[in-house]
Amino acid sequence: MPKFAVIVFPGTNCDFETVETIKKAGGKAERVWYKESLKDFDGVVLPGGFSYADYLRGGAISARAEIMEEVKELAKEGKPVLGICNGFQILTEAKLLPGALRPNKIPRFLCRWIYLRVAVTETAFTSFYKEGEVIRMPIAHAEGNYYANNLSKVRIAFQYSNENGEIIEDANPNGSLLNIAGISNENGNVLGMMPHPERASDRWLGSEDGLRVFKSMVKYAKR
Amino acid sequence: MFPHEEKFILKKLGREPNEVEKAMIEVMWSEHASYKSSRKWLKLLPTKNEYVILGPGEDAGVIKFDENTTIVVGIESHNHPSAVEPYGGAATGVGGIVRDILCMGARPIALLDPIRFGPLEKERNKYLFEYVVKGIADYGNRIGVPTVGGETEFDESLDGYTLVNVACIGIMHPNELVHSYVTESGLLLVLVGNKTGRDGIHGVTFASEELSENAEEEDRSAVQIPDPFTEKLLIEATLEAVKTGKVKALKDLGGGGLTCASSEMAGKKGFGTVIYADRVPQREPNMNVMEVMISESQERMLFAIREEDLEEITKIFEKYELEWTVVGEIIDEPRYIVYWNGEKVADLPINLLTEVPIIEWEIIEWEAGPYSVEKDVRTPEIVPQEAFLKVLSSPNIISKEWVYRQYDHEVQGRTVLKPGLDAAVLKINDEYGLAFVSDGNPSYSYLNPYHGAMACVVEAIRNLASVGAKPLALVDNLNFASPERPEVYWSFIETIKGLRDAANAFRLAYVSGNVSFYNEVNGKSIKPTPVVAALGKVKLEHITTMAFKDEGDLIAVVGVTNRELGGSELYRVLGIREGIAPRVDLKKEKENAEGILKAIEHGLVKAVHDVSRGGLAIALAEMAMVSGLGFEVDISKVPVEAKLSPLEVLFSESQARFIVSFEKENLEKLKEMFKDFAVIGEVKGREMVFKSNEDKLIRISVKEGRKIYGSLPKLLGE
Repeated sequence: MPKFAVIVFPGTNCDFETVETIKKAGGKAERVWYKESLKDFDGVVLPGGFSYADYLRGGAISARAEIMEEVKELAKEGKPVLGICNGFQILTEAKLLPGALRPNKIPRFLCRWIYLRVAVTETAFTSFYKEGEVIRMPIAHAEGNYYANNLSKVRIAFQYSNENGEIIEDANPNGSLLNIAGISNENGNVLGMMPHPERASDRWLGSEDGLRVFKSMVKYAKR
Repeated sequence: MFPHEEKFILKKLGREPNEVEKAMIEVMWSEHASYKSSRKWLKLLPTKNEYVILGPGEDAGVIKFDENTTIVVGIESHNHPSAVEPYGGAATGVGGIVRDILCMGARPIALLDPIRFGPLEKERNKYLFEYVVKGIADYGNRIGVPTVGGETEFDESLDGYTLVNVACIGIMHPNELVHSYVTESGLLLVLVGNKTGRDGIHGVTFASEELSENAEEEDRSAVQIPDPFTEKLLIEATLEAVKTGKVKALKDLGGGGLTCASSEMAGKKGFGTVIYADRVPQREPNMNVMEVMISESQERMLFAIREEDLEEITKIFEKYELEWTVVGEIIDEPRYIVYWNGEKVADLPINLLTEVPIIEWEIIEWEAGPYSVEKDVRTPEIVPQEAFLKVLSSPNIISKEWVYRQYDHEVQGRTVLKPGLDAAVLKINDEYGLAFVSDGNPSYSYLNPYHGAMACVVEAIRNLASVGAKPLALVDNLNFASPERPEVYWSFIETIKGLRDAANAFRLAYVSGNVSFYNEVNGKSIKPTPVVAALGKVKLEHITTMAFKDEGDLIAVVGVTNRELGGSELYRVLGIREGIAPRVDLKKEKENAEGILKAIEHGLVKAVHDVSRGGLAIALAEMAMVSGLGFEVDISKVPVEAKLSPLEVLFSESQARFIVSFEKENLEKLKEMFKDFAVIGEVKGREMVFKSNEDKLIRISVKEGRKIYGSLPKLLGE
């Protein structure tokens, strides 16, 4: 069974539920304090929260922590690296993914459920979905407005849509370029997303759509 | 401090206290820390039943959820600081209650924020509102504790002021309970967390006086500075330390700072303490011993541990990069001794700090005065459609989505029922959830403090019942003006009696609470504002919401509607301050709430909503707007006690009422369950239609209604 590290920086706050969700998806998972080592792990998740209280910019300080060098190594080896919310911010700050997450178009924190259209299934985190499928999960961020000068080296994985999967401005909660909610690298093994799949992995919490992100990841790590 | 108190201290001590001692006594004897005006009356409240593990007396209440799960709950107010500095005041209010839960050994899992302001038309009130919400959001979101509900109310009596209450619940295994007092001497006192600064000096004394006109300039230093980043680290470090089983006592530093935490920790079971105040890490240069001892700097905890465990425990603090210092020790002798750079600067019998004598204000029975406002008034004749639009667009009725979208209400992955419904529900295990709600009705309490207080309790219980939850426990937060005013003190006692009677009827206990006096601005009292938060247990598969489910479902009202509009939202929007507050019939409340729970358990109802602010008209409209489905009802079918005009039927705020929707085939079974039950219409189309026999009273599309319901951002000028 593949084993995943859920990295905990000071201020990370979605680590416990992310560990639980990986276990539910059939993987092993451990919380790993940012000063510990990533040896013996088959993949890494950078969970949501406010690492370093978003001082400077969301993810800016964590991205420069020593452990990120190990994360880069794992990414190079083709192991799965997933960044959720603050984790996505860290991945862009660490240049593991291009672009940046700017303050929302209405510049304040926004917590709500949204629809996503799955744009690509050939990544380590989306193989359990069908292309064009519309899924539901919550967002909770103040800086999720994705922008990049150049999208030639990324795959758009998730886009904010309406219930019918239409990518329209009305369905864009934060002003992201092309309604982008999540992107992966060309290789498909590094993915960042603003919505919280771990909060949509239990039927009582409103949706189980998010669980397939982790199921895909576990399957990919087993390959 | 009052002259008779100074005399008492002189007698007990046999000498004048020195400056340091006096400052510490003053803090401990403040109303906010000592409850000296309220303690005698608070004793009237029931505090025990089969669920209670620990009632009032420590930092938070503790109840049993099941064999493996203990729930900790507390409630706090941060009114004075928030009125002076709304962002920092509200944020540190969240931090304080979270540490109260944490210091019992529990992980904080949810917050509720009942907040109250003056009318939004005034810039000052808008400013207070926006920054209180931002303070709560920035703090709660950063520490990863979801804010799952609360209330937001606007009333002209709060013009220029704000009431910021906050309730928190935590979860732990029964074995992990840590007390706030020590039971052995020789323990080391370890102070962990932020450095001590000059912020929050005299915070509790400041909270025990009326605010002056220049409070904003004068009292800023009494408001603490929030640091949620350190709080989050403190949460994780504390829980990890508690897991070792080697933490002998634990307290957070809140009101009264180090003086309060250390004296209560040592003195409760008759021990004493020596504090080496100069060892306390200081944030600012040249602080004196008095400042160090009473500073209310945030994000600090005091641990009592054995010397041999020091290394193991402090390693945990170091992992989280938290500063720690051994600041003192527990001694056998019941004295409170403070050293400053080797010099003994205070030496008091510890009970002089921890056992504050009760004050009994002169009680004057009411004959005349403000309360004679409770007199019957005629409801003006207005076109129902117009009245409906007025009430629906009241800031007290419209959706508070603008508020709760700024709160992370999903973090920790437990939130089953989200904000905006009757009560929030958190998933506790695969079978059961915990429902959490708060209610306050100052407009009723102003007219009749006894029934107003009962109305808070029964509304909270109806909210729980509406989602399918059986009530477990209550906490109360009592926001009042100066107890030195006879009419305020009287209303306080009436409130306690109301809270007592309502809880007794349901065999419920208050496991924790808070009293905030001296809530006045420019010499004017606030309305008596008791706020009650309630916890309930619900089987996940029974969870029900207010949203209509299917067209064709029948709609029925449970309970009787009387001509009770005093303190109602209709009267408020019409500028009527008089009237008679709704009366609470505890027997009916109990019968109807139990009936609703049974109906839910048997799967007979599809949607349930309690009838409260705005009456039947608003309750029905909310069920429609949440679901998107319309309805048609005939209000002449509503069970009434006396003759009511259609307007009064629509907007009366009589208690003990619910609206339910259900499939036709369950009608007979439901009828048998309730004494007062009448079908008034059905779920139908996309319009909200109220008729009285053949007269059309109100007709508005759900879409149009939702536009009005969602108009809070517009009111804020967005």
